[in-house]
Parts: sequence; structure tokens; C-alpha cells
Amino acid sequence: MTEALITMVLLTLMAAVTVGIIRMRNLFGIVILSGIYSFLMASVMMLLDAVDVAMTEASVGAGISTVLLLTVLYLTRSREMVPVHQPVIPLFLAIGVAVMLIYGSMDLPPFGAAATPVNQSAVSTYYLQRSIPDTGIPNVVTSVLASYRGFDTLGEVTVVFIAGIGVLTLLRGRRKKHAVDTGTGKNGKRKSP
Amino acid sequence: MKPDLILQVGAKFLFPFILVFALYVQFHGDYGPGGGFQAGVISAAMLILYTITYGLPAAQRAVPPRLVELMIPVGVLIFAGTGVVPMLLGDNYLAYYALMEHPQHAQEWGVLIVEIGVLLAVAGTMIAIFYAFSGRSR
Repeated sequence: MTEALITMVLLTLMAAVTVGIIRMRNLFGIVILSGIYSFLMASVMMLLDAVDVAMTEASVGAGISTVLLLTVLYLTRSREMVPVHQPVIPLFLAIGVAVMLIYGSMDLPPFGAAATPVNQSAVSTYYLQRSIPDTGIPNVVTSVLASYRGFDTLGEVTVVFIAGIGVLTLLRGRRKKHAVDTGTGKNGKRKSP
Repeated sequence: MKPDLILQVGAKFLFPFILVFALYVQFHGDYGPGGGFQAGVISAAMLILYTITYGLPAAQRAVPPRLVELMIPVGVLIFAGTGVVPMLLGDNYLAYYALMEHPQHAQEWGVLIVEIGVLLAVAGTMIAIFYAFSGRSR
């Protein structure tokens, strides 16, 4: 009962934060609000007993991405431009997608139900029963991620790698060209420490 | 932006605890929540806090950008290389059972090494992106 109450409060707060993000024009406030949104989401994940997901959401969503967006904000303006025309067609598109999503969510099993097809499938039963005999690892999330589905995780790490070198190539290339133009070295370029 | 003395002294107390927590999340991932990805992000967050309080030059003296950029491919190579070792021993790719005699020990060692690879790649990527953004002045 209390758990349902806490979940409702968290979801209401998330809806309020979303409305705040939509209405706000100050990008600094929007970044902070999206960090708060991620933190509320992490709390909901905690309530759903998905502790690994909650930890990732709290550290990546609320931590790193907020900081990265703030550093980006330092390089750009901190105020969102007012749109020059009334976005009527996007509004109808958004309402249409929302109606379809709500209609789709009607078929979902009840919130937090244990007897769902996912929980009772042969695959999840196998992992839950075989994790300790096969691998000796009590945390099934870890044994699935790193052992049973290790190849998938290798793909994920490769995605992180590609994203990293992509960003570095885009940002570093510009800086080097600029440094050659002004004739200063790597350290001479930085003006404000 | 001028570094603030109170923030510097206050944040100094936090760094060891954040780093120990990251290592706990890393090596206790077999038993509790967490793993290489979360530990990588947490340790990157520690360095970001250091950069915010002490400035970018100080952070880049402590953790040079060259090292950070080396961590990303080394992490992926540790992961992929751990997969190759069982192949050389006559098993499938990433099948840790070939690593050791005892099957559960082999699995635990395989997972441990692979998670270190994930830690290096994720922490390196996060720090490198942060360095790249904060190194640019307007």
C-alpha cells in the first residue's frame, strides 16, 4: 500500500517536472529539471526492485549527462529561442502518438505483477535457476550481462567506444585547426583556467 | 571561474569515498547491484567533481588526457581479448569455462576481467568527452 502511494507521488512529481521542462525557456533550469527527472526515475526503478537499472539511471542520467549538458551550455546561449510560427502539425502528431501509446499501454499487465509472460518464460526461469550452478554468481543481472550474454555486452562496450572516439574526433579536430591558425600551442590556447 | 577554497577543502573529503564506492560497485558486482559500467561512471564523476573544484589544468595533471584516451581502446581490447583466450584453448569465443579447471572459478575470473575492461572503456569515454567539452572556451 505504502509502496503504491510512493510510486504515485513519484510519478506525479515526474509529470510535474515534465510540464516544467516544456514550459521553461531557460536552458539552465531545463538541464537541472531533467536531472531531477532522472533521479525520480531512478527512485521508481528502486521501488520496482531493479536496483542495477536504478544505479545506472542515477549515475548516468542524473549525474554525467547533467554535467555534460551544463558544460555544453557554457559554450552556447542559455535561453531557448521562441518558435517563429505556431507548430500545429507537430502538436497533432504528438497528440496522435500519445493516444496510440496510451491505447497500447491498456494491454500491459498490471503494475508490478509477478505473473507476467516475461517472468514466466523458459529463458528467465533458466537464468534464475542455473545462474549459481553454472557461474557461481548470485547476482543474475551480472551473470547474464557478463557471462551468458557476454557477446552482447562486448557490442555495448564497442558502442561506447565508437561514441567516445566520434565525439573526440569532432571536438578535437576543430581545436587543432584553430591552434594552427593562431600559431599557439595546446596550452597557449586555453584562456580561462 | 575562480576556484573556491571552501569548496576545494570540502570536496577533498569526498574523493576517497567516491573512489572506494566505485571500486566496491566494481568488485562487488557479482553479489550486489553494479558492475563495470556503473563503477566507470562513478569514478568519472569523481574526476568531474575534481575538475569543477580544482580547475581543468589541475585535473589534467592528475589524469592526463593521453592516459584517458588510451583507456578507451585498452578497455575494449581487454574485453575482446578475454574472448580470444578460450578460443586459443579450444573452446568458443567468450566461453570462460576453458580459462580454469573449476567451472565456477573460471566463470568468476572471466566476469571479473571483462568487467575491468568495461570499467576502463566507460570511465575513459566519459572523462574524455568531459575534457573535450570543458577544454573549449567560448
